[in-house]
Amino acid sequence: MNTNEPLERRAAITGIGQSAVGRHLGRSELDLTIEACLAAVTDAGLTRDDIDGLATYPGMGVGTPGFAGPTTPEVQDALRLSLDWHDGGGEGPGQMRALIAACLAVGAGLARHVLVYRTVTESTAQGSGGRQGIGGGGDGVPRYSGFLQWTLPFGAVSAVNWIALVAQRRMHEFGLTRQQLGQVALNARRNAGLNPSAIYREPMDLDGYLSARMISTPLCLFDCDAPSDGSTAFVVSHRDYAPDAPRVSCHVNAVGTALRGRPSWDQFDDMTTMAARDAAASMWERTELTPADVDVAQLYDGFSILAMVWLEAMGFCGRGESGPFVADGSAIALDGVLPLNTAGGQLSGGRLHGFGLIHEACVQLRGEAGDRQVVRSGGKVPEVAAVSNGGGPIAGSLLLTRGRG
Amino acid sequence: MTANGPAFRLLPRLEPENEFFWTSGADGRLRFLRCQDCRSFIHPPYPRCPDCLSADVAVEPVSGRASLVAYTVNEHPWMPGGEPYIIGLVAIDEQESVRLTTNLVGVEPADVVTGMALEVTFEQCDDVYLPLFRPVGGSPS
Repeated sequence: MNTNEPLERRAAITGIGQSAVGRHLGRSELDLTIEACLAAVTDAGLTRDDIDGLATYPGMGVGTPGFAGPTTPEVQDALRLSLDWHDGGGEGPGQMRALIAACLAVGAGLARHVLVYRTVTESTAQGSGGRQGIGGGGDGVPRYSGFLQWTLPFGAVSAVNWIALVAQRRMHEFGLTRQQLGQVALNARRNAGLNPSAIYREPMDLDGYLSARMISTPLCLFDCDAPSDGSTAFVVSHRDYAPDAPRVSCHVNAVGTALRGRPSWDQFDDMTTMAARDAAASMWERTELTPADVDVAQLYDGFSILAMVWLEAMGFCGRGESGPFVADGSAIALDGVLPLNTAGGQLSGGRLHGFGLIHEACVQLRGEAGDRQVVRSGGKVPEVAAVSNGGGPIAGSLLLTRGRG
Repeated sequence: MTANGPAFRLLPRLEPENEFFWTSGADGRLRFLRCQDCRSFIHPPYPRCPDCLSADVAVEPVSGRASLVAYTVNEHPWMPGGEPYIIGLVAIDEQESVRLTTNLVGVEPADVVTGMALEVTFEQCDDVYLPLFRPVGGSPS
């Protein structure tokens, strides 16, 4: 064994699973979670008796209603799992912190097959009303501590307000336009049209984008992801198991976990990048691969602007150049130099909060994406996928490579 | 329409560490914690200076002048009333790494320009004085 090899390379995603995904499904978070988890375990060629690790993000009731998903104790008990390692939490390198923790647990020998899940029921929790901000809709008038005290008093009550500041600053520094921003949303919608599970599949054109209701300038309705119900699950195994797994395994090549600037939405040194800069840099420091080796990218698009921030942070284009890079839509299309968010991302595919992007990276590497399958030169299935999660001061990234076919 | 801010204010919980900041506007002055050794301003307030780790920190007034780093006009009715309102991110003149999320007041959204010079003005809500910012030389809001 190469002792200089990054520990995460001992891990491979050997199974993937996803529940029904939709708006207002009205099903419980545990019900959706079990559906996704059992699908992933079966996909990996395993039974629940083989699962000896369990991880989720974030668990334990943090955030707005429908955000957290069931805790690991609930899922462990519901599936009567016998675990050697378990982990849940909301602090760390983005939503994929749970997946990264699982890779490290497998690499360290704490577990052999870790079930990792993320579940949201934000659409059902939202009810028939509109999307709410933090602190809205509850009874009584609480007061706020921690970071929220610095934003909520000024009506900056949603991540869209905080991220709109990033977008506006990028317009000021780099000349970003709404037309460029819109290409991220239009690309997502085009790809969603080829994904039967996507939330918004009706065609949209630039006029439709530009005329949408403004939420927080310069971000309009279609710059924001779609609150959804759904659960996504993975089996992270030791790579020794990959040859025995029934499906093509997705090997973990490198993870990006750094946070070198101040961990704050409004105090980070460079408002145009924030933590994506650090996570992506640390990922490239752990691999011999380069941005030119990446065949397909699934970059976090909880808001359209975040995918553009990630394009630059990952080195797919220069700093400040993501606007021109996406401007005519061709570079990020399915047949472009860097196919982006091929299942519709969160903007049109649905807000599965990071895990949907990881799932789609695996689907593409396995060559199972059907009408939206990316085909590289020579008719080949993608070999390398880049994935990112998070925005603002929260970021994690991942490089996956295709196992034997 | 000249923007003011959201009609309904969610408020900070006053605690020993932050009370000076949120009540500072009672006399019209903005204040921050400042390291008495390396002289850097500290925000949010911490028990020690994050730059030099000195424990000798004290509250000091600043000029109240700031420049606009970024802004957004919120148009969504999260808590209906007051929208559109302008959320600004400002850097204080004394130290550009110290920023505040705030509201811009006394200015039309169309007249807001990144980098514009601003000065503090306070809005009292119960026991809290929220620091808001208006263009330098503008009429009192």
